[in-house]
Amino acid sequence: MPQVTLTVNGKNSTVEVEGRTLLVELLREKLRLTGTHVGCDTSQCGACVVHVDGESVKACTILAVQVDGGQVTTIEGLAAADGTLHPMQEAFREYHALQCGFCTPGMVMSAIDLVQKHPEGMSEREIREGLEGNLCRCTGYHNIVKAIAAAQDVMHGKRSELARAAE
Amino acid sequence: MYDFDYHKPSSVADAVKLLSADPDARAISGGQTLLPALKHRLNRPTYLVDLSGIAELRGVKREGDKITVGAMTRHIEVQNSPEVKSAIPALAYMATVIGDIQVRNRGTMGGSVANNDPAADYPSAVLGLGATVVTDKRRIAADDYFQGMFTTALEPGELLVAIEFPIPEKAGYAKMRNPASRYVMAGVFVAKTKDGVRVVVNGAGPGVFRQTDMEQALSANWSPDAVAGIKQASEGLNSDIHGSAEYRAHLVSVMAKRAVTDAG
Repeated sequence: MPQVTLTVNGKNSTVEVEGRTLLVELLREKLRLTGTHVGCDTSQCGACVVHVDGESVKACTILAVQVDGGQVTTIEGLAAADGTLHPMQEAFREYHALQCGFCTPGMVMSAIDLVQKHPEGMSEREIREGLEGNLCRCTGYHNIVKAIAAAQDVMHGKRSELARAAE
Repeated sequence: MYDFDYHKPSSVADAVKLLSADPDARAISGGQTLLPALKHRLNRPTYLVDLSGIAELRGVKREGDKITVGAMTRHIEVQNSPEVKSAIPALAYMATVIGDIQVRNRGTMGGSVANNDPAADYPSAVLGLGATVVTDKRRIAADDYFQGMFTTALEPGELLVAIEFPIPEKAGYAKMRNPASRYVMAGVFVAKTKDGVRVVVNGAGPGVFRQTDMEQALSANWSPDAVAGIKQASEGLNSDIHGSAEYRAHLVSVMAKRAVTDAG
């Protein structure tokens, strides 16, 4: 069986996998990092989004062997060691950008890549278009968009902390 | 998914050797189409040959009046390439409307053009710009390359290594997406090149094709109004739950008009 060596949330792991093992299976079943969800398993819903070498990918549509030697960040790897949330996580909490929470890990990971890819800042419309690969069946996206708009200001250093959520 | 072995060569020569050694071996580039197909057990490869370790297949370069895109160049790289944005903005724009960010972070131009899915975007730019498909063995003109649904001139074991796009005077692309699946219902790529006007339709039929009535009209008068009144015949176009052949034929005229407007 092929061996895969990768860094997940800063920690090195060497894992035996099959050729067909998906990255999301490695994360959930071998490393027990179950924050990454499997929604559709057909690369449409985005619940499984993680970062590979800094960019968002659907972990259900990439093989574990393809990530050999790579750096992976999952939702578990965002908060600081002392528990301080990443600005995007904090914004999702502050703006109540979730209901059932199933899509949330993928939403947060996609949103961070989206903000990093747009240092110039995004309009509401650009945020909505940028979320094309993530489905949420509860919220109607409204508060998710507000949270990302607020988090981008913090991530780009335009604000030191989140503006209070609109009532 | 059935299990398979996995190889990751670091040169085109080694990849071709592996792909030629076994007719059931498959190349994997970004995997955004192949992996879903494998999950459905539509394919049972003995082993996958991962092309991502081959440096010579990556990147965009401008040489004289052409832009060469390496087969393993990802959509996100085409979208952000300064060379593509300045020389063929319609091609950079096309990359921005493929799939979603996660697909664009993985999917490659070579994978799309080698697969020739009727719902793919790049084939219309390749044919519309009169590009040349470069393989490990030969150079294939776009007019000879696309041969219908999921079919190309590539032979078993032959590897697509790059695509050379002549820089056009102007070009534009417009597509109508299915509101749910987001796949193209009908798209049109228009280009004014030094060898004449080319108009290519994608998504509406089983493969990309040139719309010669529109090419003639635009040659005489490059304006959106010149194509707005030209009707695409519906015979042979796709008809499914998402739209009838007649609807797609109608969309071709609308998309052609938008593509010419965008080209300026």
